[in-house]
Amino acid sequence: MNRREFIKLASLSSLSLFAPGLAGWAFSNGIEDGSNKKLIVIMLRGGADGLNIVAPYGDSLYYNLRPRIAISRPGTENGLLDLDSHFGLHPALNTLMPYWQNKTLAFVHSSGSPNPSRSHFDAQDNMESGTPGLHSVSTGWLNRLVSELPIKGKTSLHAISIGPVLPRIMSGPASIATISKGVQVNKSLLDRPVVASVFQDLYSGRTDDLGKAFNEGMAAHHEINDSLSQPDEQGAMMDREQVMANRGAPLPGNNKAYGKQLAQLFRKSPSIQVAFLDFGGFDTHVNEGTGKGQLANHLAPLGQGIADLIQGLGPMYKDTTIVVMSEFGRTAKENGNTGTDHGHGNVMWILGGEIPGGKVYARWGGLNTEALHEARDLPTSTDFRAVLAALMNNQLGVAKTTIAKVFPDFSEGSSPFVQV
Amino acid sequence: MKRFYSLVALATTLGVAAAGYAQTSATGDDKVLHAINRLTFGPAPGDIERVKAMGVKAFIEQQLNPSSIPESPAVLSVVANSTSAQQSTAELMNQVRELQAIKKENKEVRKSAIAATTDAQGAEAAADAAKKINVLGKFYKRMNDEYTNKRLTRDVESPRQLEQVMTEFWFNHFNVCITKGLDHVLVGPYEDQAIRPFAMGKFRDLLGATCHHPAMLFYLDNWQNTAPQSGGSNGRFKGLNENYARELMELHTLGVDGGYAQKDVIELAKILTGLGIAGRAQRPGLEPVGPYGAYFASNRHDFGEKDFLGRRVAGKGEQEIEDALDVLARHPSTAHHIGYQLAQYFVCDTPPATLVDKMAARFKASDGDIKAVLRELFNSNEFWDPKYQSAKYKTPLRYAVSIMRATDAHPQKFDVLAQFMRLQGEPLYGCLTPDGYKNTKEAWLNPDGFLNRLNFATVVGSGNVHSLLSTAPEYRQLGATISGSKFSPKTVAVVAKAPEPLKSAVVLGSPEFMHY
Repeated sequence: MNRREFIKLASLSSLSLFAPGLAGWAFSNGIEDGSNKKLIVIMLRGGADGLNIVAPYGDSLYYNLRPRIAISRPGTENGLLDLDSHFGLHPALNTLMPYWQNKTLAFVHSSGSPNPSRSHFDAQDNMESGTPGLHSVSTGWLNRLVSELPIKGKTSLHAISIGPVLPRIMSGPASIATISKGVQVNKSLLDRPVVASVFQDLYSGRTDDLGKAFNEGMAAHHEINDSLSQPDEQGAMMDREQVMANRGAPLPGNNKAYGKQLAQLFRKSPSIQVAFLDFGGFDTHVNEGTGKGQLANHLAPLGQGIADLIQGLGPMYKDTTIVVMSEFGRTAKENGNTGTDHGHGNVMWILGGEIPGGKVYARWGGLNTEALHEARDLPTSTDFRAVLAALMNNQLGVAKTTIAKVFPDFSEGSSPFVQV
Repeated sequence: MKRFYSLVALATTLGVAAAGYAQTSATGDDKVLHAINRLTFGPAPGDIERVKAMGVKAFIEQQLNPSSIPESPAVLSVVANSTSAQQSTAELMNQVRELQAIKKENKEVRKSAIAATTDAQGAEAAADAAKKINVLGKFYKRMNDEYTNKRLTRDVESPRQLEQVMTEFWFNHFNVCITKGLDHVLVGPYEDQAIRPFAMGKFRDLLGATCHHPAMLFYLDNWQNTAPQSGGSNGRFKGLNENYARELMELHTLGVDGGYAQKDVIELAKILTGLGIAGRAQRPGLEPVGPYGAYFASNRHDFGEKDFLGRRVAGKGEQEIEDALDVLARHPSTAHHIGYQLAQYFVCDTPPATLVDKMAARFKASDGDIKAVLRELFNSNEFWDPKYQSAKYKTPLRYAVSIMRATDAHPQKFDVLAQFMRLQGEPLYGCLTPDGYKNTKEAWLNPDGFLNRLNFATVVGSGNVHSLLSTAPEYRQLGATISGSKFSPKTVAVVAKAPEPLKSAVVLGSPEFMHY
């Protein structure tokens, strides 16, 4: 596709952005419906400490179990931000409070993978395959979801993964554009026709995995560069920030501009419906901190990025769902080094224009030893797939038969949105 | 049957004499190339002829005995010039602590200088403080450059290639990360002291060395792991930390399905209490353990009885750790786990169970003799099965190093290579998580990453990185160097058609050169 065709396509799709009455992805027959629904998944690697992110400050056991790392009550210095008189939000996430107040932010606590593994790698694998405990499934659930997208137009940009390697959650047969250098115009020698032409000769006719990588890479490279090099009025008003240092999963502080960049890409390439990004640094065995400190330092840029993303999406936020999840929570009790060790249940964050927000949901048994998993961790009383399935169905309009393909060994039970 | 051509054949069809490469029986050539591909970071000029002359068996035996091979002058010189070689881990750690203290102090100085004055003198004081704050970062950067330089020089230049390949394998197996505190300066000594010397020795020695190296004790937090009610429990040393205990079983020995439970993690954490590193000031009750700067604080150790993997462990201090390492190193799950990982690294991404079983059996029978396990591997039918030849996709490190070797580059500076590896998602020494970098195609092949490789192949192959190569490599010579890798008719045709300055770029960016 040349640049002009792309602009044409992009402007056509952006017109349809505001077309009323289209109810999400019609997946049943692959019908092209011009859906604008978007799903953004953010994974926090390392096991983020859900009990200090959405803390049950109304339960004195929280303070007994964590004498040195509990976050002080709302209204105190560096204290929690009150959510519902029982739970409070980590003060480093103050940028998200407006979304709590306008009821487009919710939490599902004590949720996660039913598989009890406390191995980072096993637990991440479970959450990314979407089939906990089943190692034989080689594809990721986001890729399976993308496979079910109706193909709209010629663009190959349906799904993007930010980061230098393709994560498990996105691996599989569907095309995923990978963006290794942050969302920015990426100059390459392959932009020179003479160079492009020899490698086209070498790879474009190949049907194997290298040919696929080459063809998808070239298509996405051109579309993203074209898209980002067009003038962007909203973006021009925003700060132009330095792009991230490249890492496997960067620390949130190393990729502060992700929210603005992602929003720009969504505005310029409306065909993108699924995006994934991940951050590391949440394995807080030592010196976790309280309202300030290590965890706070990771949460602050993460929260700021989400706020930037939402602001940058503008009217598109209405059709967008953002999920933040992590492979497991951490021990209810602090360990010997003012940190926490690997646990089980965690908190999922959900943001979106039409989600049932302003609530902390959970099947909550409190922090009594008897209520805890193996007397030490929050249980996973809500399966993470129940949350994702409900969002896919209610917010994205994904048919239940399609959800069964995305989560093949999961059968939907009662609603995950249970109020504490 | 598919037909393959070598670039030498191409050179011949173009009427150019090939550089000293004589075709012999295809099978023999395939074996030569396969051995070089898997035991080294890729063929350098003359390697194919040399291995052919000495025979594949002799080559493998020589590589299995690295001390029999004279080290290259380039490696000897970079090692001799490294400052870390002259400093103990304790000295390096103390230097970091001093600079950390200076940084902290000067942050305060700068703060009050900015707050107190608005005149030029105040600005000067603030600037002076800022300079002192930066000294720690500069020290980290200097050590990072030095370690990178040393490692990549060895990977590119050392004739002891299998030792380097195994060093990479074990470093990933026992990964520590350069971005965490003291590990900024400890990764180099860790590799030189705890990994390379044992890379083809006994697994138990390797396990013991990593367990007693400050780089690991710091990285996985065991230095703070303390028996909660012990006499030495105070400040940051207040209780158990499970981090190292868990990864020691999950990643280093038994494997995640190796038959341990959460209870065993806690019991092993108790056994490991007190094993750490000395602070800036010598504390009472610290006994040095091992030669790398680890200490055992018996006043922070749990002397209670433990129940570890179904065994009763009486509280007797440091000896408990040695006993636990013995148990872990000799556990059948460990033999299987290591066998699988070696087979995956050397043969194919999903290695055949028959091979893994053979290697596990050899591991057990030889009491974890790594060299014996490798010999079993190199003698196996599976290793030589033609379907696994050229079946592995190069990691970013291997891709970059194999280009250096194939093009006869002898860089003095490795910034460009290091930058390439960062861009590909494999910064050297920079894997944040303890599982280390993967070596499978699934992990490394993705669209944008692939284009970045082609870009790198083009920059280097057209002679545009003068810190690596002063001129573009000559493509026929390049083809001859790696020419055992059979080139498909397609690649040969594209090389023939490509403009002269891009011919080598096409060879380096070809599907054949992406694999090994």
